[in-house]
Amino acid sequence: MASELDVAYVAQLARLQLTAEETELFQKQLGDVLKYAEKLKEVNVEGVEGAAHAVPIFNVFRADEPCDWFTASEALSNAPRQANNLFIVTKVVE
Amino acid sequence: MTKRDLPALSIIELRDFLRRGEISPSETLQALEERINAVDPEIGAYLVHDFATAMSEAKKADVSLPLGGIPIAIKDLINVEGQQCSCASKILRGYCAPYSATVIEKLRGHGAIPFGRMNMDEFAMGSSTENSSVQLTRNPWDLSRVPGGSSGGSAAAVAADIAFGALGTDTGGSIRQPAALSGIVGFKPSYGRVSRFGLVAFASSLDQIGPLTKTVHDSALLMNAIAGHDSHDSTSLNVAVPDYAKNLGRDLKGIRIGLPKEYMIEGVDPAVKSAVIAAVKQLGGLGAEIIEVSLPHTDYAISVYYIVATAEASANLARFDGVRYGHRADNVSSLFDHYARTRAEGFGAEVKRRIILGTYVLSSGYYDAYYLRAQKVRELIRQDFVRAFEKVEAVVSPTSPSPAFKLGEKTTDPLQMYLADIFTNAANLAGICGISVPCGFAEPESGKMLPIGLQLLGKALDEARIFQIAHAYEQSTDWHKARPVIEPIAA
Repeated sequence: MASELDVAYVAQLARLQLTAEETELFQKQLGDVLKYAEKLKEVNVEGVEGAAHAVPIFNVFRADEPCDWFTASEALSNAPRQANNLFIVTKVVE
Repeated sequence: MTKRDLPALSIIELRDFLRRGEISPSETLQALEERINAVDPEIGAYLVHDFATAMSEAKKADVSLPLGGIPIAIKDLINVEGQQCSCASKILRGYCAPYSATVIEKLRGHGAIPFGRMNMDEFAMGSSTENSSVQLTRNPWDLSRVPGGSSGGSAAAVAADIAFGALGTDTGGSIRQPAALSGIVGFKPSYGRVSRFGLVAFASSLDQIGPLTKTVHDSALLMNAIAGHDSHDSTSLNVAVPDYAKNLGRDLKGIRIGLPKEYMIEGVDPAVKSAVIAAVKQLGGLGAEIIEVSLPHTDYAISVYYIVATAEASANLARFDGVRYGHRADNVSSLFDHYARTRAEGFGAEVKRRIILGTYVLSSGYYDAYYLRAQKVRELIRQDFVRAFEKVEAVVSPTSPSPAFKLGEKTTDPLQMYLADIFTNAANLAGICGISVPCGFAEPESGKMLPIGLQLLGKALDEARIFQIAHAYEQSTDWHKARPVIEPIAA
Protein backbone atom coordinates (compact mmCIF):
# COMPACT_ATOMS: atom_id res chain seq x y z
CA MET A 1 0.00 0.00 0.00
CA ALA A 2 2.83 2.39 0.89
CA SER A 3 4.16 2.42 -2.65
CA GLU A 4 0.82 3.75 -3.90
CA LEU A 5 1.30 7.14 -2.24
CA ASP A 6 1.80 9.77 -4.94
CA VAL A 7 2.89 12.87 -3.02
CA ALA A 8 2.60 15.20 -6.03
CA TYR A 9 -1.03 14.18 -6.61
CA VAL A 10 -2.03 14.34 -2.93
CA ALA A 11 -0.40 17.78 -2.63
CA GLN A 12 -2.78 18.98 -5.35
CA LEU A 13 -5.76 17.60 -3.41
CA ALA A 14 -4.46 19.43 -0.33
CA ARG A 15 -3.90 22.71 -2.21
CA LEU A 16 -0.22 22.71 -1.33
CA GLN A 17 2.46 23.66 -3.84
CA LEU A 18 5.58 21.59 -3.22
CA THR A 19 9.04 22.01 -4.71
CA ALA A 20 10.60 19.04 -6.51
CA GLU A 21 12.94 18.57 -3.54
CA GLU A 22 10.07 18.56 -1.04
CA THR A 23 8.08 16.10 -3.16
CA GLU A 24 11.00 13.69 -3.36
CA LEU A 25 11.83 14.01 0.35
CA PHE A 26 8.22 13.59 1.54
CA GLN A 27 7.77 10.62 -0.81
CA LYS A 28 10.59 8.83 1.00
CA GLN A 29 9.78 9.99 4.54
CA LEU A 30 6.04 9.32 4.33
CA GLY A 31 6.76 6.03 2.59
CA ASP A 32 8.67 5.02 5.73
CA VAL A 33 5.79 6.11 7.96
CA LEU A 34 3.21 4.21 5.89
CA LYS A 35 5.44 1.14 5.86
CA TYR A 36 5.56 1.30 9.65
CA ALA A 37 1.76 1.65 9.74
CA GLU A 38 1.38 -1.55 7.67
CA LYS A 39 1.35 -3.43 10.98
CA LEU A 40 -2.27 -2.33 11.45
CA LYS A 41 -3.14 -5.01 8.89
CA GLU A 42 -2.25 -7.67 11.49
CA VAL A 43 -5.11 -6.60 13.77
CA ASN A 44 -8.40 -8.46 13.62
CA VAL A 45 -10.98 -5.68 13.45
CA GLU A 46 -13.89 -7.96 12.53
CA GLY A 47 -17.07 -6.59 14.12
CA VAL A 48 -15.32 -3.63 15.76
CA GLU A 49 -17.13 -0.31 15.56
CA GLY A 50 -14.67 2.47 14.78
CA ALA A 51 -14.17 5.18 17.41
CA ALA A 52 -14.28 8.68 15.93
CA HIS A 53 -14.09 10.04 19.46
CA ALA A 54 -12.87 8.53 22.71
CA VAL A 55 -15.86 9.95 24.56
CA PRO A 56 -18.94 9.39 22.42
CA ILE A 57 -21.46 12.17 23.01
CA PHE A 58 -24.17 12.91 20.50
CA ASN A 59 -26.74 15.58 19.73
CA VAL A 60 -25.36 18.42 21.80
CA PHE A 61 -27.80 21.30 21.53
CA ARG A 62 -27.94 24.74 23.04
CA ALA A 63 -30.73 27.27 23.06
CA ASP A 64 -30.99 29.09 19.73
CA GLU A 65 -30.69 32.58 21.13
CA PRO A 66 -29.01 35.56 19.51
CA CYS A 67 -25.98 36.95 21.33
CA ASP A 68 -23.30 39.55 20.72
CA TRP A 69 -20.37 38.34 18.68
CA PHE A 70 -17.81 39.95 16.40
CA THR A 71 -18.60 43.20 14.69
CA ALA A 72 -17.67 43.34 11.01
CA SER A 73 -14.53 45.32 11.79
CA GLU A 74 -13.48 42.80 14.45
CA ALA A 75 -14.08 39.91 12.05
CA LEU A 76 -11.99 41.71 9.44
CA SER A 77 -9.23 42.71 11.87
CA ASN A 78 -6.82 40.01 10.65
CA ALA A 79 -7.83 39.94 6.98
CA PRO A 80 -4.82 40.19 4.64
CA ARG A 81 -6.96 42.12 2.12
CA GLN A 82 -10.26 43.91 2.66
CA ALA A 83 -12.39 46.70 1.24
CA ASN A 84 -15.84 48.17 2.00
CA ASN A 85 -16.17 46.02 5.12
CA LEU A 86 -15.69 42.86 3.03
CA PHE A 87 -12.98 40.23 2.57
CA ILE A 88 -11.33 40.39 -0.83
CA VAL A 89 -11.15 36.96 -2.43
CA THR A 90 -9.33 35.84 -5.52
CA LYS A 91 -11.52 35.73 -8.63
CA VAL A 92 -13.50 32.46 -8.72
CA VAL A 93 -15.46 32.74 -12.01
CA GLU A 94 -14.28 34.10 -15.37
CA MET B 1 13.61 35.54 50.56
CA THR B 2 15.07 38.18 48.24
CA LYS B 3 13.32 39.52 45.14
CA ARG B 4 15.90 37.63 43.12
CA ASP B 5 14.70 34.31 44.56
CA LEU B 6 11.06 35.08 43.94
CA PRO B 7 10.74 33.46 40.48
CA ALA B 8 11.89 30.13 41.95
CA LEU B 9 8.73 29.87 44.07
CA SER B 10 5.98 27.39 43.30
CA ILE B 11 2.49 28.79 42.70
CA ILE B 12 1.35 27.70 46.15
CA GLU B 13 4.36 29.33 47.84
CA LEU B 14 3.90 32.53 45.83
CA ARG B 15 0.20 32.57 46.69
CA ASP B 16 1.01 32.47 50.41
CA PHE B 17 3.49 35.37 50.10
CA LEU B 18 0.92 37.39 48.15
CA ARG B 19 -1.88 36.67 50.60
CA ARG B 20 0.24 37.64 53.59
CA GLY B 21 0.99 40.91 51.80
CA GLU B 22 4.76 40.30 51.99
CA ILE B 23 5.05 40.89 48.25
CA SER B 24 2.67 42.47 45.77
CA PRO B 25 1.57 41.17 42.35
CA SER B 26 3.46 44.11 40.75
CA GLU B 27 6.70 43.19 42.54
CA THR B 28 6.18 39.58 41.50
CA LEU B 29 5.78 40.51 37.86
CA GLN B 30 8.76 42.87 38.02
CA ALA B 31 10.99 40.14 39.48
CA LEU B 32 9.78 37.67 36.84
CA GLU B 33 10.42 40.18 34.05
CA GLU B 34 13.98 40.72 35.29
CA ARG B 35 14.69 37.02 35.36
CA ILE B 36 13.15 36.52 31.89
CA ASN B 37 15.41 39.26 30.52
CA ALA B 38 18.44 37.68 32.17
CA VAL B 39 17.79 34.01 31.39
CA ASP B 40 15.50 33.69 28.39
CA PRO B 41 18.11 34.79 25.82
CA GLU B 42 19.77 31.41 26.65
CA ILE B 43 16.53 29.40 26.65
CA GLY B 44 14.28 30.91 23.97
CA ALA B 45 11.02 29.94 25.68
CA TYR B 46 9.12 33.19 25.14
CA LEU B 47 8.09 34.30 21.64
CA VAL B 48 6.80 37.62 23.03
CA HIS B 49 5.64 38.92 26.39
CA ASP B 50 3.73 42.11 27.01
CA PHE B 51 5.01 43.41 30.34
CA ALA B 52 3.01 46.68 30.32
CA THR B 53 -0.38 44.99 29.83
CA ALA B 54 0.39 42.36 32.45
CA MET B 55 1.50 45.09 34.87
CA SER B 56 -1.79 46.91 34.50
CA GLU B 57 -3.56 43.62 35.36
CA ALA B 58 -1.17 43.04 38.29
CA LYS B 59 -2.00 46.44 39.79
CA LYS B 60 -5.69 45.50 39.86
CA ALA B 61 -5.16 41.89 40.99
CA ASP B 62 -7.28 40.46 43.81
CA VAL B 63 -4.93 38.26 45.84
CA SER B 64 -7.83 36.69 47.73
CA LEU B 65 -8.73 34.71 44.60
CA PRO B 66 -7.27 31.17 44.22
CA LEU B 67 -4.63 32.35 41.69
CA GLY B 68 -4.83 36.06 42.46
CA GLY B 69 -1.99 38.05 40.89
CA ILE B 70 -0.09 35.01 39.63
CA PRO B 71 1.32 35.25 36.08
CA ILE B 72 0.72 32.14 33.94
CA ALA B 73 2.55 31.60 30.62
CA ILE B 74 0.43 30.61 27.62
CA LYS B 75 1.38 28.37 24.70
CA ASP B 76 1.10 30.38 21.49
CA LEU B 77 -1.98 28.55 20.17
CA ILE B 78 -4.45 29.57 22.89
CA ASN B 79 -6.19 32.86 22.08
CA VAL B 80 -5.83 35.78 24.48
CA GLU B 81 -7.70 38.84 23.24
CA GLY B 82 -5.39 41.56 22.03
CA GLN B 83 -2.29 39.33 21.98
CA GLN B 84 -0.58 37.48 19.13
CA CYS B 85 -1.58 33.87 18.49
CA SER B 86 0.82 32.59 15.84
CA CYS B 87 1.08 28.85 16.62
CA ALA B 88 4.79 29.52 15.91
CA SER B 89 3.82 29.43 12.23
CA LYS B 90 4.63 31.87 9.43
CA ILE B 91 1.05 31.54 8.22
CA LEU B 92 -0.22 33.26 11.39
CA ARG B 93 2.61 35.74 11.86
CA GLY B 94 1.12 38.98 13.16
CA TYR B 95 -2.27 37.42 13.93
CA CYS B 96 -3.89 39.28 16.84
CA ALA B 97 -6.58 37.36 18.73
CA PRO B 98 -9.96 39.12 18.66
CA TYR B 99 -11.30 37.05 21.57
CA SER B 100 -10.08 34.96 24.50
CA ALA B 101 -10.26 31.19 24.91
CA THR B 102 -12.53 29.85 27.66
CA VAL B 103 -9.49 28.65 29.65
CA ILE B 104 -8.16 32.24 29.65
CA GLU B 105 -11.48 33.61 30.92
CA LYS B 106 -11.44 30.92 33.60
CA LEU B 107 -7.83 31.66 34.63
CA ARG B 108 -8.70 35.34 34.91
CA GLY B 109 -11.79 34.42 36.93
CA HIS B 110 -9.40 32.78 39.42
CA GLY B 111 -7.29 35.94 39.46
CA ALA B 112 -4.36 34.76 37.29
CA ILE B 113 -2.60 36.99 34.74
CA PRO B 114 -1.93 35.41 31.32
CA PHE B 115 1.64 36.52 30.62
CA GLY B 116 3.74 35.60 27.62
CA ARG B 117 3.34 33.62 24.41
CA MET B 118 5.34 30.42 24.60
CA ASN B 119 7.32 28.80 21.80
CA MET B 120 6.09 25.47 20.41
CA ASP B 121 6.35 23.17 17.44
CA GLU B 122 4.41 24.78 14.60
CA PHE B 123 0.69 23.99 15.12
CA ALA B 124 1.77 21.66 17.98
CA MET B 125 3.22 19.17 15.48
CA GLY B 126 6.42 17.78 16.92
CA SER B 127 8.19 16.36 19.96
CA SER B 128 11.15 18.75 20.30
CA THR B 129 9.94 22.34 19.59
CA GLU B 130 12.42 22.35 16.68
CA ASN B 131 9.49 22.74 14.26
CA SER B 132 8.88 26.32 15.46
CA SER B 133 9.19 28.68 12.50
CA VAL B 134 10.51 31.37 14.87
CA GLN B 135 13.25 30.08 17.17
CA LEU B 136 14.79 27.16 18.99
CA THR B 137 14.03 26.52 22.63
CA ARG B 138 16.83 24.94 24.65
CA ASN B 139 16.55 22.53 27.55
CA PRO B 140 17.50 24.41 30.75
CA TRP B 141 19.33 21.31 32.02
CA ASP B 142 21.59 21.11 28.96
CA LEU B 143 21.46 23.91 26.42
CA SER B 144 22.61 21.57 23.63
CA ARG B 145 19.43 19.49 24.01
CA VAL B 146 15.74 19.87 23.18
CA PRO B 147 13.16 20.68 25.87
CA GLY B 148 10.72 18.20 24.31
CA GLY B 149 7.59 19.24 22.50
CA SER B 150 5.32 20.43 21.32
CA SER B 151 4.78 22.55 24.50
CA GLY B 152 8.56 23.03 24.77
CA GLY B 153 8.49 26.77 25.49
CA SER B 154 5.96 26.28 28.31
CA ALA B 155 8.01 23.41 29.82
CA ALA B 156 11.42 25.10 29.52
CA ALA B 157 10.10 28.33 31.05
CA VAL B 158 8.73 26.56 34.13
CA ALA B 159 11.93 24.50 34.48
CA ALA B 160 14.11 27.63 34.19
CA ASP B 161 12.05 29.56 36.78
CA ILE B 162 10.98 32.10 34.19
CA ALA B 163 7.32 31.08 34.59
CA PHE B 164 5.48 30.02 37.76
CA GLY B 165 3.24 27.80 35.69
CA ALA B 166 2.08 27.51 32.11
CA LEU B 167 -0.67 26.19 29.90
CA GLY B 168 0.17 23.81 27.09
CA THR B 169 -1.74 21.38 24.92
CA ASP B 170 -1.45 17.61 24.66
CA THR B 171 -2.57 15.88 21.45
CA GLY B 172 -0.22 12.87 21.63
CA GLY B 173 1.99 13.71 24.61
CA SER B 174 2.80 17.38 24.00
CA ILE B 175 2.42 18.32 27.68
CA ARG B 176 3.69 15.15 29.36
CA GLN B 177 6.78 14.56 27.18
CA PRO B 178 8.28 18.10 27.44
CA ALA B 179 7.47 18.07 31.19
CA ALA B 180 9.45 14.82 31.50
CA LEU B 181 12.40 16.08 29.45
CA SER B 182 12.49 19.39 31.32
CA GLY B 183 12.08 17.95 34.84
CA ILE B 184 8.67 19.38 35.76
CA VAL B 185 5.05 18.23 36.19
CA GLY B 186 2.79 18.03 33.12
CA PHE B 187 -0.88 17.05 33.23
CA LYS B 188 -3.15 15.93 30.40
CA PRO B 189 -6.83 16.06 31.38
CA SER B 190 -9.37 13.50 30.16
CA TYR B 191 -10.86 14.38 26.78
CA GLY B 192 -13.77 16.77 27.32
CA ARG B 193 -12.70 17.89 30.80
CA VAL B 194 -11.29 21.23 29.63
CA SER B 195 -12.90 23.45 27.00
CA ARG B 196 -11.12 23.71 23.66
CA PHE B 197 -12.96 26.91 22.70
CA GLY B 198 -10.34 29.42 21.59
CA LEU B 199 -7.65 26.77 21.09
CA VAL B 200 -6.35 26.59 17.52
CA ALA B 201 -7.32 23.04 16.52
CA PHE B 202 -4.72 20.44 15.49
CA ALA B 203 -6.55 17.11 15.95
CA SER B 204 -9.95 17.84 17.44
CA SER B 205 -10.69 14.37 18.86
CA LEU B 206 -7.33 14.28 20.68
CA ASP B 207 -6.44 17.86 21.74
CA GLN B 208 -6.66 18.87 25.40
CA ILE B 209 -5.33 21.95 27.21
CA GLY B 210 -3.52 21.29 30.48
CA PRO B 211 -1.05 22.73 33.00
CA LEU B 212 2.77 22.55 33.23
CA THR B 213 3.99 23.34 36.74
CA LYS B 214 6.77 22.84 39.29
CA THR B 215 4.67 20.61 41.56
CA VAL B 216 1.63 18.31 41.50
CA HIS B 217 -0.19 20.62 43.93
CA ASP B 218 0.29 23.56 41.52
CA SER B 219 -1.00 21.40 38.68
CA ALA B 220 -4.16 20.61 40.67
CA LEU B 221 -4.69 24.33 41.39
CA LEU B 222 -4.48 25.22 37.69
CA MET B 223 -6.85 22.38 36.83
CA ASN B 224 -9.29 23.73 39.42
CA ALA B 225 -9.28 26.95 37.42
CA ILE B 226 -9.56 25.61 33.85
CA ALA B 227 -11.71 22.44 34.11
CA GLY B 228 -15.43 22.38 33.52
CA HIS B 229 -18.24 22.44 31.02
CA ASP B 230 -18.41 25.12 28.34
CA SER B 231 -21.43 25.62 26.10
CA HIS B 232 -19.06 26.94 23.41
CA ASP B 233 -17.41 23.51 23.03
CA SER B 234 -19.84 20.72 22.16
CA THR B 235 -17.26 18.09 23.17
CA SER B 236 -16.81 19.49 26.66
CA LEU B 237 -18.44 17.25 29.24
CA ASN B 238 -21.23 18.51 31.45
CA VAL B 239 -20.10 16.76 34.64
CA ALA B 240 -19.19 18.04 38.09
CA VAL B 241 -15.55 19.05 38.70
CA PRO B 242 -14.12 17.99 42.08
CA ASP B 243 -11.62 20.10 44.02
CA TYR B 244 -8.40 18.53 42.74
CA ALA B 245 -6.25 20.04 45.50
CA LYS B 246 -8.43 18.70 48.30
CA ASN B 247 -7.41 15.06 48.67
CA LEU B 248 -3.68 15.51 48.14
CA GLY B 249 -1.32 14.24 50.80
CA ARG B 250 -2.96 10.88 51.41
CA ASP B 251 -1.02 7.65 51.47
CA LEU B 252 -1.63 5.02 48.83
CA LYS B 253 -3.20 2.23 50.88
CA GLY B 254 -5.84 0.46 48.83
CA ILE B 255 -4.57 1.93 45.56
CA ARG B 256 -3.73 -0.59 42.84
CA ILE B 257 -1.20 0.42 40.21
CA GLY B 258 -0.81 -1.48 36.95
CA LEU B 259 2.49 -2.20 35.25
CA PRO B 260 1.71 -3.04 31.60
CA LYS B 261 3.83 -5.94 30.41
CA GLU B 262 3.74 -4.54 26.85
CA TYR B 263 5.64 -1.44 28.01
CA MET B 264 8.75 -3.47 28.90
CA ILE B 265 10.08 -2.89 25.41
CA GLU B 266 13.52 -2.79 23.87
CA GLY B 267 14.96 0.62 23.17
CA VAL B 268 14.14 2.23 26.52
CA ASP B 269 17.20 4.06 27.84
CA PRO B 270 18.74 2.06 30.75
CA ALA B 271 18.70 5.11 33.04
CA VAL B 272 15.00 5.64 32.30
CA LYS B 273 14.28 1.98 32.95
CA SER B 274 16.04 1.89 36.31
CA ALA B 275 14.48 5.21 37.44
CA VAL B 276 10.99 3.92 36.62
CA ILE B 277 11.61 0.57 38.34
CA ALA B 278 12.77 2.46 41.44
CA ALA B 279 9.69 4.70 41.28
CA VAL B 280 7.38 1.68 41.10
CA LYS B 281 9.10 0.27 44.23
CA GLN B 282 8.60 3.63 45.90
CA LEU B 283 4.88 3.58 45.04
CA GLY B 284 4.71 0.10 46.56
CA GLY B 285 6.44 1.41 49.69
CA LEU B 286 3.75 4.07 50.01
CA GLY B 287 1.14 1.34 50.27
CA ALA B 288 0.09 0.86 46.65
CA GLU B 289 -0.40 -2.66 45.35
CA ILE B 290 1.55 -3.20 42.11
CA ILE B 291 -0.19 -5.49 39.61
CA GLU B 292 0.87 -6.59 36.14
CA VAL B 293 -1.74 -5.59 33.55
CA SER B 294 -2.00 -6.11 29.80
CA LEU B 295 -2.63 -3.51 27.09
CA PRO B 296 -2.44 -5.89 24.12
CA HIS B 297 -2.81 -3.26 21.37
CA THR B 298 0.03 -1.03 22.63
CA ASP B 299 2.22 -1.80 19.63
CA TYR B 300 -0.34 -0.21 17.25
CA ALA B 301 -0.86 3.09 19.08
CA ILE B 302 1.72 5.13 17.16
CA SER B 303 0.39 3.97 13.77
CA VAL B 304 -3.20 4.72 14.75
CA TYR B 305 -2.19 8.06 16.22
CA TYR B 306 -0.34 9.30 13.14
CA ILE B 307 -3.24 8.30 10.88
CA VAL B 308 -6.02 9.80 13.04
CA ALA B 309 -4.09 12.93 14.04
CA THR B 310 -2.93 13.77 10.51
CA ALA B 311 -6.37 13.09 9.03
CA GLU B 312 -7.95 15.53 11.48
CA ALA B 313 -5.11 18.03 11.00
CA SER B 314 -5.49 18.01 7.21
CA ALA B 315 -9.16 18.96 7.66
CA ASN B 316 -8.52 21.54 10.41
CA LEU B 317 -5.71 23.23 8.50
CA ALA B 318 -7.84 23.57 5.37
CA ARG B 319 -9.14 26.80 6.92
CA PHE B 320 -5.82 28.53 6.23
CA ASP B 321 -6.86 29.91 2.86
CA GLY B 322 -5.27 33.37 2.92
CA VAL B 323 -8.64 35.13 2.90
CA ARG B 324 -9.96 35.67 6.43
CA TYR B 325 -6.66 35.79 8.33
CA GLY B 326 -3.02 34.87 8.02
CA HIS B 327 -0.51 34.95 5.21
CA ARG B 328 -1.68 35.44 1.61
CA ALA B 329 0.49 34.89 -1.47
CA ASP B 330 1.03 37.83 -3.83
CA ASN B 331 0.47 38.00 -7.59
CA VAL B 332 -1.57 34.82 -7.91
CA SER B 333 -2.62 33.55 -11.33
CA SER B 334 -5.72 31.60 -10.29
CA LEU B 335 -7.71 30.53 -7.25
CA PHE B 336 -5.79 27.25 -7.13
CA ASP B 337 -2.52 29.15 -7.31
CA HIS B 338 -3.76 31.45 -4.50
CA TYR B 339 -4.42 28.51 -2.17
CA ALA B 340 -1.44 26.37 -3.14
CA ARG B 341 1.15 29.15 -2.87
CA THR B 342 -0.37 30.78 0.25
CA ARG B 343 -0.13 27.44 2.03
CA ALA B 344 3.29 26.54 0.58
CA GLU B 345 4.71 29.86 1.79
CA GLY B 346 2.98 29.77 5.17
CA PHE B 347 3.44 26.20 6.43
CA GLY B 348 6.72 24.58 7.51
CA ALA B 349 7.97 21.14 6.44
CA GLU B 350 6.43 19.05 9.23
CA VAL B 351 3.01 20.66 8.82
CA LYS B 352 3.16 20.02 5.07
CA ARG B 353 4.15 16.40 5.66
CA ARG B 354 1.23 15.86 8.01
CA ILE B 355 -1.26 17.56 5.68
CA ILE B 356 -0.09 15.25 2.87
CA LEU B 357 -0.32 12.13 5.04
CA GLY B 358 -3.72 13.14 6.44
CA THR B 359 -5.13 13.96 3.01
CA TYR B 360 -3.85 10.63 1.69
CA VAL B 361 -5.40 8.46 4.43
CA LEU B 362 -8.75 10.20 3.88
CA SER B 363 -8.61 10.07 0.09
CA SER B 364 -10.81 7.93 -2.11
CA GLY B 365 -9.52 4.36 -2.32
CA TYR B 366 -7.40 4.59 0.85
CA TYR B 367 -9.96 5.72 3.44
CA ASP B 368 -11.03 2.18 4.40
CA ALA B 369 -7.53 0.73 4.48
CA TYR B 370 -6.05 3.48 6.64
CA TYR B 371 -8.48 5.84 8.34
CA LEU B 372 -11.37 3.47 8.99
CA ARG B 373 -9.06 0.66 10.11
CA ALA B 374 -7.21 3.08 12.39
CA GLN B 375 -10.49 4.13 13.99
CA LYS B 376 -11.32 0.49 14.68
CA VAL B 377 -7.93 -0.20 16.23
CA ARG B 378 -8.38 3.02 18.22
CA GLU B 379 -11.51 1.46 19.73
CA LEU B 380 -9.53 -1.68 20.65
CA ILE B 381 -6.88 0.50 22.33
CA ARG B 382 -9.63 2.31 24.26
CA GLN B 383 -11.09 -1.05 25.37
CA ASP B 384 -7.62 -2.20 26.54
CA PHE B 385 -7.62 0.67 29.03
CA VAL B 386 -11.24 0.14 30.09
CA ARG B 387 -10.33 -3.46 30.98
CA ALA B 388 -7.10 -2.48 32.73
CA PHE B 389 -8.91 0.11 34.85
CA GLU B 390 -11.27 -2.57 36.12
CA LYS B 391 -8.25 -4.00 37.97
CA VAL B 392 -6.22 -0.90 38.83
CA GLU B 393 -6.60 2.80 39.60
CA ALA B 394 -3.56 3.88 37.59
CA VAL B 395 -1.17 2.56 34.94
CA VAL B 396 2.51 3.43 35.38
CA SER B 397 5.22 3.74 32.70
CA PRO B 398 8.07 5.96 31.58
CA THR B 399 6.77 9.17 29.96
CA SER B 400 9.44 9.09 27.27
CA PRO B 401 11.74 6.20 26.26
CA SER B 402 14.78 8.47 26.59
CA PRO B 403 15.84 11.67 28.34
CA ALA B 404 16.22 14.87 26.31
CA PHE B 405 17.95 14.27 22.97
CA LYS B 406 20.37 16.61 21.21
CA LEU B 407 19.12 19.50 19.08
CA GLY B 408 19.13 18.30 15.47
CA GLU B 409 19.42 14.61 16.39
CA LYS B 410 16.02 13.55 15.00
CA THR B 411 15.01 16.36 12.67
CA THR B 412 15.88 14.52 9.45
CA ASP B 413 13.95 11.36 10.29
CA PRO B 414 10.26 12.02 11.08
CA LEU B 415 9.56 8.36 11.89
CA GLN B 416 12.23 8.34 14.63
CA MET B 417 10.69 11.53 16.05
CA TYR B 418 7.21 9.92 15.99
CA LEU B 419 8.50 6.84 17.85
CA ALA B 420 9.48 9.11 20.78
CA ASP B 421 5.73 9.29 21.56
CA ILE B 422 5.39 5.57 22.22
CA PHE B 423 4.20 5.83 25.85
CA THR B 424 2.02 8.92 25.47
CA ASN B 425 -0.04 8.53 22.25
CA ALA B 426 -2.42 5.87 23.57
CA ALA B 427 -3.85 8.08 26.34
CA ASN B 428 -5.08 10.61 23.79
CA LEU B 429 -6.59 7.88 21.60
CA ALA B 430 -8.41 6.46 24.65
CA GLY B 431 -9.44 9.89 26.02
CA ILE B 432 -8.04 9.14 29.49
CA CYS B 433 -6.03 11.42 31.80
CA GLY B 434 -2.34 11.29 32.65
CA ILE B 435 0.51 13.04 34.38
CA SER B 436 4.28 13.14 34.14
CA VAL B 437 6.21 13.71 37.38
CA PRO B 438 10.01 13.88 37.83
CA CYS B 439 11.42 10.49 38.93
CA GLY B 440 15.19 10.77 38.55
CA PHE B 441 18.08 11.81 36.36
CA ALA B 442 20.27 10.33 33.67
CA GLU B 443 23.91 11.33 33.42
CA PRO B 444 24.96 10.71 29.82
CA GLU B 445 28.05 12.89 30.24
CA SER B 446 29.83 13.91 33.40
CA GLY B 447 28.24 16.92 35.00
CA LYS B 448 25.08 16.89 32.86
CA MET B 449 21.92 15.86 34.67
CA LEU B 450 18.97 15.04 32.42
CA PRO B 451 15.53 14.68 34.03
CA ILE B 452 13.42 11.53 33.70
CA GLY B 453 9.62 11.52 33.90
CA LEU B 454 7.26 8.94 35.38
CA GLN B 455 3.88 8.68 33.66
CA LEU B 456 0.73 7.79 35.60
CA LEU B 457 -2.41 7.24 33.53
CA GLY B 458 -5.90 7.20 35.00
CA LYS B 459 -9.33 6.37 33.68
CA ALA B 460 -11.43 9.06 32.05
CA LEU B 461 -12.53 11.78 34.51
CA ASP B 462 -10.51 10.23 37.38
CA GLU B 463 -8.11 13.20 37.51
CA ALA B 464 -8.46 13.60 41.29
CA ARG B 465 -7.10 10.10 41.90
CA ILE B 466 -4.12 10.65 39.57
CA PHE B 467 -3.27 13.89 41.38
CA GLN B 468 -3.50 12.04 44.70
CA ILE B 469 -1.12 9.26 43.58
CA ALA B 470 1.29 11.64 41.84
CA HIS B 471 1.40 13.98 44.84
CA ALA B 472 2.05 11.14 47.30
CA TYR B 473 4.91 9.91 45.09
CA GLU B 474 6.36 13.39 44.53
CA GLN B 475 6.32 14.28 48.22
CA SER B 476 8.18 11.08 49.07
CA THR B 477 11.08 12.06 46.78
CA ASP B 478 13.34 15.07 46.25
CA TRP B 479 13.39 14.95 42.44
CA HIS B 480 11.03 17.92 42.01
CA LYS B 481 13.25 20.10 44.22
CA ALA B 482 16.27 19.92 41.90
CA ARG B 483 16.68 22.97 39.63
CA PRO B 484 18.93 23.44 36.62
CA VAL B 485 21.82 25.87 36.88
CA ILE B 486 21.62 28.40 34.06
CA GLU B 487 24.30 31.03 33.76
CA PRO B 488 22.50 34.30 32.98
CA ILE B 489 24.03 36.34 30.18
CA ALA B 490 23.56 39.53 32.21
CA ALA B 491 24.16 39.14 35.93
